[in-house]
Amino acid sequence: MKKIVNVLGISLNYQAKNGEIEAISNINLDINEGEFISIVGPSGCGKSTLLSIISGLLKPTTGTVDINGKQISGPSSIIGFMPQKDQLFSWRTVYDNVMLGLEIQHRKTEENINYVKKLLHTYGLYDFREKYPSQLSGGMRQRVALIRTLATKPELLLLDEPFSSLDYQTRLSVSNDIYHIIKQEKKTAIMVTHDISEAICVSDRIVVLSKRPAQIKAIHTIDSELQKYSPLARREHALFRTYFNQIWRELDANES
Amino acid sequence: MNHNNKPILSSARKIYLKKTHQTNFFIILCKIILILGLIGLWEIAGTLGWIDSFIMSQPSRIIRCILDLYEQKTLFEHIGVSCLETIVGFLLGTFIGTFIAALLWWSPFISKVLEPYLVILNALPKVALGPIIIVWVGAGQKAIIIMALAISLIVTILEVLHGFDETDSEKIKLMRAMGATQWQIFRYLIFPANIPTIINSLKINVGLSWVGVIMGEFLVSKAGIGYLIVYGSQVFQMDLVMASVVILTCAAAIMYQGIVLLQKFLIKHIH
Repeated sequence: MKKIVNVLGISLNYQAKNGEIEAISNINLDINEGEFISIVGPSGCGKSTLLSIISGLLKPTTGTVDINGKQISGPSSIIGFMPQKDQLFSWRTVYDNVMLGLEIQHRKTEENINYVKKLLHTYGLYDFREKYPSQLSGGMRQRVALIRTLATKPELLLLDEPFSSLDYQTRLSVSNDIYHIIKQEKKTAIMVTHDISEAICVSDRIVVLSKRPAQIKAIHTIDSELQKYSPLARREHALFRTYFNQIWRELDANES
Repeated sequence: MNHNNKPILSSARKIYLKKTHQTNFFIILCKIILILGLIGLWEIAGTLGWIDSFIMSQPSRIIRCILDLYEQKTLFEHIGVSCLETIVGFLLGTFIGTFIAALLWWSPFISKVLEPYLVILNALPKVALGPIIIVWVGAGQKAIIIMALAISLIVTILEVLHGFDETDSEKIKLMRAMGATQWQIFRYLIFPANIPTIINSLKINVGLSWVGVIMGEFLVSKAGIGYLIVYGSQVFQMDLVMASVVILTCAAAIMYQGIVLLQKFLIKHIH
């Protein structure tokens, strides 16, 4: 399989007023094309920081991130970022929201516009394109947010606790939804989450981080048997418990 | 449940509806009685000589005075002059204030350098600058408008800058990840997200601008509602002073309601 992301020896030290804080320490990670990777870790361990470094928003103190063999030095259209909550702009219609990235990157070509329209059609939002985000349900808003991310045709999706603002019921169906869209569009994705079950349900591999300074504690490759199932069905599988308990113990050991 | 269908309303619901209806009606009734009562009492007190209506004036005299102004064709001239000054004042205050806030948002360095001075200027009662403004720009309408501007400008800068700075950092992160420039972040996110803040400033500025205009007219004017008040008190014509205050109250209230309507319209259509 083709490697798409190569994280090499990433460390990050924060300069705070009362001293230097070591947030991330020597992280190495390779991600293959089409893979869905979850990063779990105790809260405040630097998961989101790691995502910011991969997206080019933050410069690491040491180490490099290569995407498709090219070193990342700032935001790039290869990457699509999906932030916490949906962050839709309330004053823009659904259509204008999903066009935001293309507008900013001056890429509103006919081909790209057609691609966005196709996405809206495929994922049942075309009829809602003139509506405002406040008129949509939480699940629909999340889908709009994903289409906004897909619109610029990124090769790598970065999801920063994308479902954390949703209630449990919606969360289950939305993560199922988003998983299928990402797989159908054949995208590589890295998701940060603090929800172990969610990670097991959608991932091909799960990276467990230690508490600060974040280091890789363990990497679990989800059994190919379990990978065959959809996120909702995975919760029913016997292997689900095994992974859950193991990861839960790894995170718990960090707390003490 | 069909709430429009009267027959299926429960009796408890009917009692509740009747009660709210009665309460609302009673509140409106009291509002009307209060104002009519006060006006009536004032009128009677003047007529029966409980108060000296030469000094305290009287509703009937106020109405006559307003009609006189109308017949002299000067009523709308005075109202027009003051309203124009106020509108120019609060529009300038809001536009210039928003513009400066944008510059300060752009440069956190300049913002930090200027912060203490803005706070001090905000604390200063701007009417104290009146005489200075008159010396600098001359005793005319320009001085009055600058006075109105001075009162609303600093508050606007602080208010709008606060709004700009409070814009959701996750949204800024999203835009940066898309590769947006600082200008694009302002244009697509910071400014549209803060239109409610700016309209709110506009609303506050209407009131402040009136203060500036009336103060300015006290000091320099040859026309306007503030001028009428000062002129009336100098020639000891209290009817004219009171009439002017009544006119001012109406003009200010109408203008404020106009902005409230504009706000509702914009919020509905933009946000």
